[in-house]
Amino acid sequence: MSWLPTLIKACYFLAALLFILGLKRMSSPRTARGGIVWAGYGMLLAVLATLFLPDMHNRGLIVAAVLVGVSAAWWSGKRVAMTAMPQMVALYNGMGGGAAAAIGAVELIGYARGLGLLHAVPDTSPLQPEAWAVNGLPPALSPTELALGVLGALIGAVSFSGSLVAFAKLQGWMDKRFVFPGQRAVNLLLLAAAVVAGVLLATSHASPALIAAFFALALLFGLMMTLPIGGADMPVVISLYNAFTGLAVSFEGFVLGNEAMIIAGMVVGAAGTLLTQLMAKAMNRSIGNVLFGGFGAAGGEAQAIEGAQKPVDASDAAVMMAYAERVVIVPGYGLAVAQAQHKVWEFAQLLIKRGVKVKFAIHPVAGRMPGHMNVLLAEAGVPYDLIADMDDINPEFPATDVALVIGANDVVNPLAKTDPASPIYGMPILDVSAAKHVIVIKRGRGTGFAGIENALFYADNTRMLYGDGQAAVGELVASLKDIDA
Amino acid sequence: MIDGFLALYIFMLAAFTGYEIIARVPVILHTPLMSGSNFVHGIVLVGAMIALGHAQTPFEIAIGFIGVLLGAGNAAGGYVVTERMLEMFKSSKPDAGKGAK
Repeated sequence: MSWLPTLIKACYFLAALLFILGLKRMSSPRTARGGIVWAGYGMLLAVLATLFLPDMHNRGLIVAAVLVGVSAAWWSGKRVAMTAMPQMVALYNGMGGGAAAAIGAVELIGYARGLGLLHAVPDTSPLQPEAWAVNGLPPALSPTELALGVLGALIGAVSFSGSLVAFAKLQGWMDKRFVFPGQRAVNLLLLAAAVVAGVLLATSHASPALIAAFFALALLFGLMMTLPIGGADMPVVISLYNAFTGLAVSFEGFVLGNEAMIIAGMVVGAAGTLLTQLMAKAMNRSIGNVLFGGFGAAGGEAQAIEGAQKPVDASDAAVMMAYAERVVIVPGYGLAVAQAQHKVWEFAQLLIKRGVKVKFAIHPVAGRMPGHMNVLLAEAGVPYDLIADMDDINPEFPATDVALVIGANDVVNPLAKTDPASPIYGMPILDVSAAKHVIVIKRGRGTGFAGIENALFYADNTRMLYGDGQAAVGELVASLKDIDA
Repeated sequence: MIDGFLALYIFMLAAFTGYEIIARVPVILHTPLMSGSNFVHGIVLVGAMIALGHAQTPFEIAIGFIGVLLGAGNAAGGYVVTERMLEMFKSSKPDAGKGAK
């Protein structure tokens, strides 16, 4: 059976190759669909090959766990709404981090047992050196392996608990930000304690109590680090944890001597780090600022906003747009929550039929992640050539008759340009207030996702159309049809 | 076993590859790509299977089992979600070809 290990190694190699090619294809809209399929085949190959590794115990349990995990995730992934995609990514990412931490835990416990610190179980299967050579797990861990194993477990555990908090926040289970004085110091202390425990573990002081303390500290740190971060910053955090999990997988792959894990994990670690930077840049925030800045804690009193919000009813709003020359629709997450994409597209088509020039303006962080809104509009069938990026559309607002803002708030808030005390000061925004008229569809008078007042709502050229996005756009469509009739 | 320096080279080259792949991606693909890379690190499932395969005490087996469950969730969930997102890009492709940079 000497060909088997070689065959399995070849499968892992092919899997790593398919992952890289798949990711490459995913980075262009034309080939993206094929990319995920390629990567999928790579995964299937790697998992099947692993089942045939020599000297594996608990094969029944392994197959059972794989089947249960796959079917649960498959089922949940198939039925989740497109709007909830970001939190699902967070959830699945957290699972990956947890799995990496679990690998580290099994390694460490086994290692400690080898030192006679845990209840030793007589090893009934004499290990074949050739077997070890293919499936990793050397009888004893080298110092490097031990160190990387501990590091991978630390990062994986932080990614696990952190991603779960991110999931809960985006899911709306945790609305309030959790802040207390001295939080940063406490978090730093927690991190330091986890690192110290890790160093002790890596330098051969492995004891069951220390292992338990290490994981408890790492999990707690991930939790505490994510709790104070506001919902608006979550995409950056999820992307960062995605990179974390990649690193953790890579390090655990080193311990197991599994090249597919090393390469796939490291590719994701690097790609995820870059993606995180791109996202943070789009929001004009540094990663450090997101993690430790304490969003909203910026000094100084925010400017008081003068004036009142001026309401408008749907029929007047419809008339304004029906006789306009240029209309720019600015969709925000509120639109997606109300499931109003299809209705908005119907409305836009009616306007286009009347000869109105309609465009959709998308802020880089509209939705919950960069590109999320594009996905949602694509779902409704809006063609790409009607969708404009922030940089392209901003110069066009002064020549725009009506800007229709639906469920967007912070990304159109002029305070980001005018009020240095505002927490979103400096964030690039869509220059909606430069349009001749602005109509804002909004559920109520409250503040946005980030909890900041919006000066746009009080501007002289702004009219507020209160109501649920779906219903309000429905009324607009009906009014427009009345005009045409 | 993988020699320390050889591993360092693999780490470096893989990191560079990941960086290059993402470097020129249009914003509209950021979400699917994050999801796609989330799927790729689902390879952790393989590691969890190996760990469970070598777990011996009931406690280790329990942790290994949870690891495989989580890893399988990562891989399967990541795939389904990414595939669903990219499916939509395909459906609007006749319009999209040029419009999507």
